[in-house]
Amino acid sequence: MAPKQKTPIAEQDPKERCHNFKEVCLGYTLEEGIAEAKRCLQCKTAPCVKGCPVSIDIPGFIKAVAEGDMPKAAEIMGQYTNLPAVCGRVCPQESQCEGVCTLGKVPGFEPVAIGKLERLVADWKYEHTSDAKPQLPGEKKGRVAVIGSGPAGLTVAGDLAKKGYEVVIYEALHAAGGVLMYGIPEFRLPKSIVQKEIQAMKDLGVQVETNVVVGKTLTMQEILAQFDAAYIAVGAGTPHFQGVPGTTLNGVYSASEYLTRINLMHAYEFPGYDTPTKRSKRVVVVGGGNVAMDAARSAKRLGAEEVQVVYRRSLKELPARIEEYHHAVEEGIVFNWLTNPVEYMNDGNGQLCGVKCIRMELGEPDASGRRRPVAVEGSEFVIEADTAIEAIGQGSNKVLLSTFPELNLNKWGYIVADEKTGATSVPGVYAGGDIVTGAATVILAMGAGKDAAVAMDEYITKKRASA
Amino acid sequence: MFAIVSKRRIAPKEYDIWVEAPRIASHAAPGQFVVVKPDEHGERIPLTIADFDREKGQIRLIFQVVGKTTATMAALKEGQALQDISGPLGTPSEVENFGTVLMVGGGVGIAALFPILKDLKKKGNRVITILGGRTADLVIMKDECAQWSDELIITTDDGSEGMKGVVTDAMRAVVQRGEKVDRCWAIGPSIMMKFASQAAVELGIPVWVSLNPIMIDGTGMCGCCRVTVDNQIRFACVDGPEFDGAKVNWGEFMNRLRQYRDEEKISYDKYAEEVGDLSWL
Repeated sequence: MAPKQKTPIAEQDPKERCHNFKEVCLGYTLEEGIAEAKRCLQCKTAPCVKGCPVSIDIPGFIKAVAEGDMPKAAEIMGQYTNLPAVCGRVCPQESQCEGVCTLGKVPGFEPVAIGKLERLVADWKYEHTSDAKPQLPGEKKGRVAVIGSGPAGLTVAGDLAKKGYEVVIYEALHAAGGVLMYGIPEFRLPKSIVQKEIQAMKDLGVQVETNVVVGKTLTMQEILAQFDAAYIAVGAGTPHFQGVPGTTLNGVYSASEYLTRINLMHAYEFPGYDTPTKRSKRVVVVGGGNVAMDAARSAKRLGAEEVQVVYRRSLKELPARIEEYHHAVEEGIVFNWLTNPVEYMNDGNGQLCGVKCIRMELGEPDASGRRRPVAVEGSEFVIEADTAIEAIGQGSNKVLLSTFPELNLNKWGYIVADEKTGATSVPGVYAGGDIVTGAATVILAMGAGKDAAVAMDEYITKKRASA
Repeated sequence: MFAIVSKRRIAPKEYDIWVEAPRIASHAAPGQFVVVKPDEHGERIPLTIADFDREKGQIRLIFQVVGKTTATMAALKEGQALQDISGPLGTPSEVENFGTVLMVGGGVGIAALFPILKDLKKKGNRVITILGGRTADLVIMKDECAQWSDELIITTDDGSEGMKGVVTDAMRAVVQRGEKVDRCWAIGPSIMMKFASQAAVELGIPVWVSLNPIMIDGTGMCGCCRVTVDNQIRFACVDGPEFDGAKVNWGEFMNRLRQYRDEEKISYDKYAEEVGDLSWL
């Protein structure tokens, strides 16, 4: 019988890691990986595959690992995902593959550590692949433009390149990777890993053009004149602010700004890199998602003496991955449950000096099915702070959308796209990722990309045949 | 990479460059800007597009050295390149035939004023331009502005050229002599824009300003450039950079501009130490 617990995995000591941006989880060694892979029951029903948005043959690659056949494991995985090293690190496995694992259903047993095994295989592949470029179909089946180089865009690009298309990705920023570059911190997802995955994509023939803000540098009309089809995956990139008094004080940030400075612009290496961020002493982070955890843990690493998270619901409703929450607690982040900011306080010179908060209690369930937090009158109190970071979600970015009115949007401003195919109201234009669903996860965006690649291949093949 | 095709020093610490950027040149409109990241370790900074040549596929940037990023840009020679430029960003100026327009510029803001002024003139407006500076050598683009203006008034704090005084004195003088002004643009240092906006309000002229807050992506993604206009939070990169000057919360805007003053100094001092002599700037 398999061991009850997952094979332990090495992590950087919390006391040490809260002072650096190096990766928290150190990954399995090959021996540990094989031991963990042997815990898999190889059950016939394989609920894990159904739990995976890109349907990776999980028992298949785990079997190869158990047999010590890493090339085979990498080959199996490569058939399903273009970003295995990313997914092994940031997917919410606990609510997907591992959440439904048969072994995990046995009382007293933990599920197989599928995510950590995926990471092991992906990392092994990057360490062991030769420089030989993959064989690609010679004759191109058509030309596709992908707008945005985040998880959805990269998935579409990789899949269509493999199917024999010429693919050009247009990225607005100076570096490809989207949220993987500007959003998720180095200590959760090293940027060198992201760049390796993107390089693998370029080896498939995918062209990446940075500094192209579609709608501004190049219009959708120009793109559609040059390509057989286009995929819009620009993300949900406009930060929301709660709008409480004092939002424009110095020291108040959106998590998007705070993390972009640190991740994309390397502010944690200032002045080695030119973009600064403040070396805060006391930080308040508003929100309870993964982005809030990332912001809080980054602030700690930049030297903040105290970092407090303010969340209007309770631990039970926390949207962040439980692993990220645990890591945050280990690193000394303080959590204030059932608390909401009502005012950012001015020190008299336009600089934040404190966050006035109010206590909340949970009332009746709201539209999301979660109990709605209600303010407790007269419960205001102040948390002293020189920095406040709002991580309360994003809305749809209008830069491209406002220049392409043919596209149908829903009432929240996101693109209306077919759930199965990603097809939009404009023939030949597909969309996926956060610009369709609103802010979600990397893997859901990849799942959307995978489905769209199939649909786009069919569309172009049909179109060319009838032409 | 975006090659620098020509470079001129037009005033102490002020440079005028033309850069190879065909896609940006083919889509640019007056009032828009680009975000420049000069090299691998550089910051992303917003700069107004001072002019563009669609046929040659070039854009013109005029910048003042205020910190490390702009100093490294000034150190580049013709033939060298800026690593990243993204644009054209922001909402273009609303240019039509308004009648008589008063164009007020100061410092390096004159570079932002110029393409709007040129377009207004082309669209048939009577253009009265006021350019101000501390001394005569700090007033840039005089000839070019004169070429596209019906009248050019220079003001200097020390009286070394034109009228002794500040731009708002000239604005009042124009109205006092009986000009009926239909619209005004004021672009320059924030303190100038604040007082020019106040003067325009007093004189009953609608006034537009172009704001240059700290930005990162320039596409509405980070919210760093937020400004309060008419008591609402707006993002200068996508909702602007032009706003009604009468409605901008100037105190807050200027405060946010100062946010990284200490870090900017650390960065500049470190650069100065590395490169040594910066007196050529």
